[in-house]
Amino acid sequence: MKKEITFTLNNEKVIVEVDPKWTLLYLLREVFEMTGTKEGCGYGECGACTVIIDGQAVNSCLYPVMEAEGRQIVTIEGLMTKDGDLDPLQKAFVDEGAVQCGFCIPGMIMSSKALLDEKEKPTEDEIKESIEGNLCRCTGYVKIIDAIKTVADRR
Amino acid sequence: MDGLKFVGQRVPKKDAPLKATGDAVYIQDLKVPGMLHGKILYSKYPHAKIVKIDTARAQALPGVKAVLTGADVPNNFKFGFLKDNPPLKSGKVLSTRDEIAAVAAISQEIAEEALDLIEVEYEELPGIFDPLTAMKEGSALIHEELKSNILKLPWKFVHGDVEAAKRESAFIAEDTFSTQWVTHCCLGTSGCVATFDASNNLTVYSNTQIPSLAQNDFLEALKTFGLKKKRVRVIQAVIGGGFGSKLDTYAYEYIAILLALKTRKPVKIVFSREEEFLATSPRQCTITKISQGCDKDGRLTFREMEMVLDNGAYTSWGATTPSVMMVPISSLYKVPNIKYTAKCVYTNNTYCQAFRGYGNPQATFAIESCLDQLAEKAGIDPHEIRRINANESGELTPQNFKITSCGMKDCIEEVVKRLDWKGKRGKVDGRGVGMASLIHVGGAARVYKSDGCGTIIKVDDNGKVDVITGSSEIGQGSDTIIAQIVAEVLGVGVDDINIINNDTDVCPWDVGAHASRTTFVAGNSALGAAEKIRDQIMEIAAKSLGESVEALEMKDGIIFSKNDKEKNIPFGKVLRKAHYSLGGRMLVAENFYDPPNENFDQTFRGNLSVTYAYGAHGVEVEVDKETGQVKILNYIAAHDVGKAINPMLLEGQIYGGGLQGIGYALGERMIYDKGYLKNGNFLDYKMPTVRDVPPVQAVIVESDEHAGPFGAKGIGEPGLVPTAPAIANAIYDAVGVRIKDLPITPEKILKALKEKAKQNG
Repeated sequence: MKKEITFTLNNEKVIVEVDPKWTLLYLLREVFEMTGTKEGCGYGECGACTVIIDGQAVNSCLYPVMEAEGRQIVTIEGLMTKDGDLDPLQKAFVDEGAVQCGFCIPGMIMSSKALLDEKEKPTEDEIKESIEGNLCRCTGYVKIIDAIKTVADRR
Repeated sequence: MDGLKFVGQRVPKKDAPLKATGDAVYIQDLKVPGMLHGKILYSKYPHAKIVKIDTARAQALPGVKAVLTGADVPNNFKFGFLKDNPPLKSGKVLSTRDEIAAVAAISQEIAEEALDLIEVEYEELPGIFDPLTAMKEGSALIHEELKSNILKLPWKFVHGDVEAAKRESAFIAEDTFSTQWVTHCCLGTSGCVATFDASNNLTVYSNTQIPSLAQNDFLEALKTFGLKKKRVRVIQAVIGGGFGSKLDTYAYEYIAILLALKTRKPVKIVFSREEEFLATSPRQCTITKISQGCDKDGRLTFREMEMVLDNGAYTSWGATTPSVMMVPISSLYKVPNIKYTAKCVYTNNTYCQAFRGYGNPQATFAIESCLDQLAEKAGIDPHEIRRINANESGELTPQNFKITSCGMKDCIEEVVKRLDWKGKRGKVDGRGVGMASLIHVGGAARVYKSDGCGTIIKVDDNGKVDVITGSSEIGQGSDTIIAQIVAEVLGVGVDDINIINNDTDVCPWDVGAHASRTTFVAGNSALGAAEKIRDQIMEIAAKSLGESVEALEMKDGIIFSKNDKEKNIPFGKVLRKAHYSLGGRMLVAENFYDPPNENFDQTFRGNLSVTYAYGAHGVEVEVDKETGQVKILNYIAAHDVGKAINPMLLEGQIYGGGLQGIGYALGERMIYDKGYLKNGNFLDYKMPTVRDVPPVQAVIVESDEHAGPFGAKGIGEPGLVPTAPAIANAIYDAVGVRIKDLPITPEKILKALKEKAKQNG
């Protein structure tokens, strides 16, 4: 039995019929075909599916779709400006060499974005805390930390 | 090498914006019209007879389009290095990852539901899970048609006279070391989409690291299926991590092909995370007996190693890792006498494959741990024994490796300096330092008859350059390295260069993204192609400017006369002249680079690689004697890379490899209990997180390798090769116990400390 929900996705209001059994990740990827949000494990351990819900970084693979009702949800697709400019975090990830295979990167960016939205000048420990639920196998995390620091340092 | 504009620069990875915006299409993201979803049913037991499979209820489920079992695999098709692995098993299962049935359905959910409806009756058989048991005379056979569980592979290397050297050695250290299964943990799981056209030509969307070889494997499969003279096209989606996991073709790919053939629809199979843990092939676990000796001055006299590898139930390229283990065994340091044998043994465990380092990490763990034991016996500082025996340019090693450029000593000295080795070593006060070195192939590796890679470059009217390369981009940055090389030759920007690298219908042949070979081989191939196209462009420009080719220079997209800067012509205009002149021409160049390295002969001698990569890692640790916890206080990874074409991407390889090495050393382990995987998820398998990153320095040593593109050597694998022994040696320096079995867990350290205390009374 499908139900209608309404929420804000990347600054646009959406009304959509969903199966209450779905996760938010399923809705994003399979219904909206927004595949920037990745599924790396499906049980909340890798963070590849991270989106920002009402300012908080959340694993969308565990998030029941009905919970989205009325919320503000931002995905990786929502970060670029309308003119096609990268978000400063996206640009820093590119420029600092933080991207290799890239599969974890949308989740990494969303996790650190939530932190930088909340804190003007996070400490290194806070940066690490923000992405400790995001696994990366390629980079050894060093340049990912560098990229997030770069954005914080420029403020 | 002065005056380089693009080579040597920290150029951002070309595909990084695509990946950072979520626009990159991985296999998970790919949809093909009409596509069905395939799922695989795995065996419930590690060793059993399949008495009966009933698929009727699954077949009847609405939305199910096909159900296959082993009976549906045509003509007894098997794949793998020894062709011992049917994509769907019938009669008997030999491991818990054995594929016994597969479903294609209109949705993932229906496919999963259908799997639950397949009824399988097994008759469980006793399994063999220990290679030492499997090797014993009279042991039950994993493959009954073979007479032994020991694979008939020729892994033996002998040089000089080890027995005589033993008698003459002043000091000898010997011990047994063992390593565990670890898995790649690519964040993007394995997957493919297989689809046939009306004439039964096959397209496979894949995340393979070996498009050309996979194409060939699939063609062979089609032939066995009765589809002769067909075409196979392999298109790579963006690859969510490789590390060797995709250096072979796998059952799931053949199953997708069979399901697509049966349903006449595209079929997609993408692994769940649990499946990725269960059904991909880990790094081999090994048991190594090693003995090394030196004279009274610390010069190495011999090295003897006997190794047993758990092959698992089937054979992939992993069974050939002993050939690469020979690289450090024969040639890490100057060792005049060598004896090495390895046995790969069938068991009812998971079968193993390539994983970054291809056997080198296991061999180096034993060699470098044992070298510290030898140094202690000889009363020599571990740094000193490495310095005394370090490899040097001009050396011919026992396997006939010709050592060209060699930055090994420089790497060792960097470690000593940056760790404050002399100030910190030998205190046994809970803090300690350790080091280990590495040798690896750095100028490709002639494993196959060819070690080549093709490049095609075409330039169009607008001055943009298309580089069509055989090499695969698996996140390592080959796209950017190749663009930098071509930009350097042509004097156009990296952004003006478009890299096409993912379609066998378009791209030239390449042997694959393995053996740290891509920068060296694909780089040299691109370099040659770029020089050819530059010559063509210069020729047209010379004609147009009324100058000789020699008098011209190309810079910033403009070709000008060195004698008269006013005489110039933009790059794009030259190209238009090529196309718009009477009797015009296309500006296309191709280049195939096959390096001048050698296949091994029957005694395993031959210059496998054009050049060799060196490095040394040093680590300072703090060990908590109460808990056994190891904290890394400082990590130095120094690597001889020939020339850093892109220091930023290179550091990424070193940091990434290093942390994989730390995981290997201190935590990662696939726990198999009597054939069952007990920790096949990210919660229980301890892959390093950001919290495990120590203070780390990547030190780049440039030895300028003349055969490399702009002096470069490979760096894909070396970053994790010496990590585990460096850490084990540091722990020994800190608390006086040596852990010889990876991973080095707090439990093992505590147990060793207790035993040590008992011995000391």
